[in-house]
Amino acid sequence: MTPISPEFKLIAKWIKKQARVLDLGCGDGQLLNYLKSECQTTGYGMEIDPQKNIRAIEAGINVIQSNLNSHDICDYFDEDSFDYVIMTQALQVVRRPDILLDQMLSIGKESIITFPNFGYWKNRAQLLFGGRMPQNEALPNTWYDTPNIHLCTFKDFEELCEDKGIEVVDRTVVDRHHETTFLMTFAPNWLGEVALYRIKRKD
Amino acid sequence: MNSIGIVTPQTLHVQTPLEMVSGSVLPQYDLAYETYGTLNADKSNALLICHALSGNHHVAGYYEGDKNPGWWDRYIGPGKPIDTDRFFVVCSNNLGGCHGSTGPTSINPETGDIYGPDFPIVTCKDWVNSQNKLREHLGIDAWAAVIGGSMGGMQVLQWTIDYPDRIKHAIVIASAPKLSAQNIAFNEVARRAIMTDPEFHDGRFIAHQTTPKRGLALARMLGHLTYLSDDLMGTKFGRELREGKLNYNFDVEFQVESYLRYQGEKFATKQNFDANTYLLMTKALDYFDPAADFDDDLSKAMARATAKFLVIAFTTDWRFSPQRSHEIVKALLDNDADVTYAQIDSQHGHDAFLLPNEHYEGVFRAYMSRIAQDLMASPVEKEAS
Repeated sequence: MTPISPEFKLIAKWIKKQARVLDLGCGDGQLLNYLKSECQTTGYGMEIDPQKNIRAIEAGINVIQSNLNSHDICDYFDEDSFDYVIMTQALQVVRRPDILLDQMLSIGKESIITFPNFGYWKNRAQLLFGGRMPQNEALPNTWYDTPNIHLCTFKDFEELCEDKGIEVVDRTVVDRHHETTFLMTFAPNWLGEVALYRIKRKD
Repeated sequence: MNSIGIVTPQTLHVQTPLEMVSGSVLPQYDLAYETYGTLNADKSNALLICHALSGNHHVAGYYEGDKNPGWWDRYIGPGKPIDTDRFFVVCSNNLGGCHGSTGPTSINPETGDIYGPDFPIVTCKDWVNSQNKLREHLGIDAWAAVIGGSMGGMQVLQWTIDYPDRIKHAIVIASAPKLSAQNIAFNEVARRAIMTDPEFHDGRFIAHQTTPKRGLALARMLGHLTYLSDDLMGTKFGRELREGKLNYNFDVEFQVESYLRYQGEKFATKQNFDANTYLLMTKALDYFDPAADFDDDLSKAMARATAKFLVIAFTTDWRFSPQRSHEIVKALLDNDADVTYAQIDSQHGHDAFLLPNEHYEGVFRAYMSRIAQDLMASPVEKEAS
């Protein structure tokens, strides 16, 4: 068995016992299975990729094959169907992250979102000094062939939340090994590589 | 590929009258069926396969001396997605059929004559009730899964609603929760083709020692058309000509015409499909609407179901499009049911559920393995509790 990603362990800390969870872009279902065993959660995964779908079925996940870009998740689920709607490392690949955020917070009471920080200092340095689009471990793709069509910084994301009346309940900023350092708390948008956000609608 | 080899059909004589949805009563009836694999000691590994419109109980394996295997042989056998090394597979010919179960070609015990057009209208519900008799006869407490494509998928849905305790998993493939106006319209044209054939004789064609071959062939041509996708016909035939040139007459000129005529001809003559059966099957499709008994609310209908579901649709299927499967999935999600949905990329239209496809096979195999694992796990659970 592949070891549990540290990101999943961080997410599990936020999940209430026996919560209902929807995982958008659930891949082979590892996170959902982990949450099931750690937090006794129930729920569904959504995944577009056929091979990942098969692996999720093998893993015993209730997986709905769906394209988040062309399919409205609100067609499938009513308001407040889930305690958490989770999307890990996929915000930057969807066509309209802003609309998807609204949908996630409509069908879920809270959402948990993780994404790479485009404002990480190495990205900034590559653009500033190298004069080229950043390409590194966290962002391995070339600019012309990448699923990441909507990269943003932590600041960008938080600004969008503010504009949309979304409250950031919790935020964890980590490096690529999902560890946090003392300095990161002072300059997260410079030093953080990945962020985990827990958000909800402002009442 | 592995085959289960030679198979032999069996017949169950049911003496209990069947009260049908139409109000008619079948005083007694036969169900022709086949089984493959071995029923385990606690009889927990049984699968029921439900067949589609022109299908029958010969799902897999070969009849002695026959070159062609059963209609779903590709997916059923040792090591195949429906693995006969693990499961005991059962399939019966639907009532009203023409391959061994009581139907329009059988003798009506009350008159001593062939039923013909007097065979009562059957519905999905009636089929499920009759299949339940077969379940009782085989001593199976609950099916590990009921599986079906197209009209077979409708019977699967009916099973989950009518006998929730008797079905653990439901696999609904290329199906729909009810027919659309367009679906019914196609069926009506098929029926008109048969019923207006001069050889139909108000359904008493056997008594007249003839068959409405032309009508039946036309109905099949139309049906076949709805099983294929525009894309596929484009790739397979395009505008290809049979003789390489246009003749400017009404003979068969395009390859697609020749193909369709062949399909119609084969169905009406070689397969010897009964025209009254065809009429009955299309009617059963038209009537299928489980939500109707629940304020036209499919979610309410599916609230009775306790099975776990796998729903599969194919991208180019326009007879029962993925949208129709979404309706089923949505109704199940409304009930927080266990459901997995796969949308398979295929250019083969409705027919895709019978054809090879890597993704389809992968999904099918993965889900069936899960059922097999559940079976292995359940005795332990019983001990624990």
